[in-house]
Amino acid sequence: MANKRIDEATGIETVGHSWDGIEELNNPLPRWWLWTLYATIVFSIGYVIVYPAWPMVNRATEGLWGWSSRGQLAGELKAEEARRAATLAALATTPITELPGKPELMRAAIEGGRAAFRVNCVQCHGSGAAGSTGYPNLRDDDWLWGGNLQEIEYTLINGIRHPGNDATHQSLMPSFGKDGILPAADIAAVTDHVLSLSGKGPANARGAELFANNCATCHAPDGKGLRQFGAPNLSDAIWLYGGKREQVEASIYKARAGVMPAWNDKLDPVTIKMLAAYVHSLGGGEDFAPAPVAAAAAAAAAPAAGAGNGQD
Amino acid sequence: MAKTEPAGSAPHYVPREAVFPKVMDGPFRRFKWLMLVVTLTIYYATPWLRWDRGPHAPDQAVLVDLANRRFYMFSIEIWPHEFYFVAGLLIMAGIGLFLITSAFGRAWCGYSCPQTIWTDLFQHVDRLIDGDRNAQLRLEAAPWGATKVFKRGLKWSIYLAISFWTGGAWIMYFADAPTLTVDFWTGQAAPVAYATVAVLTATTFIFGGFMREQVCIYMCPWPRIQTAMLDESSLIVTYKDWRGEPRGSVKAREKNPGGIGDCIDCNQCVAVCPTGYDIRNGPDIACITCGLCIDACDTVMGQIGRPRGLIDYATLEDCEHERAGGERRSILKTVLRPRTFAYFGVWAAIGVALLFALGTRERIDLTVAKDRNPPFLLLSNGDVRNDYTIKLRNMEARPRPMSVTLEGLPGARMWTDEMGQDRAARRLDFTVPADQTKPVRVYVVAPEGTAQQDFVFALAAQDRDGGGDRGETRFDAPEDGQ
Repeated sequence: MANKRIDEATGIETVGHSWDGIEELNNPLPRWWLWTLYATIVFSIGYVIVYPAWPMVNRATEGLWGWSSRGQLAGELKAEEARRAATLAALATTPITELPGKPELMRAAIEGGRAAFRVNCVQCHGSGAAGSTGYPNLRDDDWLWGGNLQEIEYTLINGIRHPGNDATHQSLMPSFGKDGILPAADIAAVTDHVLSLSGKGPANARGAELFANNCATCHAPDGKGLRQFGAPNLSDAIWLYGGKREQVEASIYKARAGVMPAWNDKLDPVTIKMLAAYVHSLGGGEDFAPAPVAAAAAAAAAPAAGAGNGQD
Repeated sequence: MAKTEPAGSAPHYVPREAVFPKVMDGPFRRFKWLMLVVTLTIYYATPWLRWDRGPHAPDQAVLVDLANRRFYMFSIEIWPHEFYFVAGLLIMAGIGLFLITSAFGRAWCGYSCPQTIWTDLFQHVDRLIDGDRNAQLRLEAAPWGATKVFKRGLKWSIYLAISFWTGGAWIMYFADAPTLTVDFWTGQAAPVAYATVAVLTATTFIFGGFMREQVCIYMCPWPRIQTAMLDESSLIVTYKDWRGEPRGSVKAREKNPGGIGDCIDCNQCVAVCPTGYDIRNGPDIACITCGLCIDACDTVMGQIGRPRGLIDYATLEDCEHERAGGERRSILKTVLRPRTFAYFGVWAAIGVALLFALGTRERIDLTVAKDRNPPFLLLSNGDVRNDYTIKLRNMEARPRPMSVTLEGLPGARMWTDEMGQDRAARRLDFTVPADQTKPVRVYVVAPEGTAQQDFVFALAAQDRDGGGDRGETRFDAPEDGQ
């Protein structure tokens, strides 16, 4: 079928096929192309020997160099760990109270905390740490259980109302309506009083009396709250469960008791320290007040005391 | 450049015939010597020039500092966001090629293209080791003996040394030259430095030592573009065939006065051509218009007592004019034509615009990035806080004091992590380190009831030089006060 012939113009043999009278010369492959092909063949022999190549029943041949993508990842992770080791070791030995005095370590802690926050905290507090109804905003200046580095770390370690942790932040507001402690009219009166504390409504004498008898122990007589009980300030602009009348009334009726896990079960101390530094850096972190620092240090020295719950 | 053979006998692939150009003195040869020395001196010496910029910036006059993303050229420092200066220079270089082509034809190819310069340099090495054209031809034809091996080895070693020096000079533009030289020889330089030197050594060695005119004829796009740009009023090197043809020896001419042209077919024009082209075949991509054949022909014409200019710079129009018996025209007419002025106008306009931009550019700058997650947050006293990251850029090689002031947003104050909320103010002062960008987290607090609105961070330098910038951004607030 092939109709090879010598092309008279060039003296080169044709490949023997003709398409509408168009024929193709059987020129040799360009030498550079051919040599590139040979080079790739030589390369492939070496490649097959040193790298995983032949698929077997369970896995491919391993190759002389023993390379694997998983092994490469492990190696890179190890190198990264080694790179971080010094910083992490320094963080482990530095008490959190001394962190502000070491700006570089502080920066590393904040960045590490930023990453850990994305994994562990955003589910409730949001990726911007702004929280939502029932989940505190970590950027603002309002702290239920204290907002300096040490207090934040303590809260992270022991959690809030975390079962099985003796040091966890523990407090319980009675369900004034659900448990029948106060009748509905009284709850409405207390609601009036609470709203009046932040100027959102007129004063209510009955409510004030009920507040003094039932609420002031934890929320303080002026309604500014007490951090040792995690009792929120009722006279400010921030409402964890909403500041509208029906929301405040509902909070009094059924009580609120948010929880956070004790992270010492899940995270190592360095990660918790980094998380504390990150949360503290979001714009609302409180300084160690001059006097309470000594008090906090003393409190930390005495184990059973409610360490870290600043009184300010 | 076989093109006249009948089809059928001509091979479709013509193997390269090596070119061994003869050296012949003349104005164009001397001009090429000058260009060779000037351009190579600029290339090799520039990185070693020093330029004092004070303690906060490198003292190398021309430095492309990729690691720190700075480009220094004498008193000018360019940051990455000012790259349009470099883009402008490249556009000027492009239009400059058009301008030169319009005024002088392929002058770039003939005198200042690196391929031309290095080929010229390597051909001088050939002459130094092997002798002039005839000796080179003899050696090329000679069998491989001790002398040839020695000469080839010596010549290629010199090629390699020049190539290495060329590649080595290139990397000096990208780091402090004295430091890099020490690092390079002690094995301390970055791998990319060694790789760059290796690649440029190889390309110089191959392109300058062996490919030579083939780069111009087969590889380079510029001659193709120039074939589209040249017209009948462009200066090219031409052989005046009406004067030269028919060719014949001096003796033939004596026998047949009037029947024989000026060309004595001595072949000197081909012998001196660095691309091995015979200009008498007419204009061609292979002619880089270096003018060496003009030197050669003028010399010969002088020897046989004929007027110079059988081969000459001329336009095709001028050729027709002369063919018809006209006087030889000045090349100034070609240079000063509307097209040249148009190119020059565009070229100069870009240059003036760049100079103006350079003279009036701000050396400090501020950018604002607003936190959008969350857009705002409430503080316990009812105030609304928005968080921003502002970047203060100081492009001078000295630390500068600057202030940032809130414009708009009545009642608002701001603070940073360093100062704390209790010292919040409407104006903050910073000292931005030399040649750096300083990022600052800024918290802006506005009183309860502030509506969502636009405002400005106004930056002002607080030193003698002054200057400033404005960063417009938005303040978000709850719509119903809760």
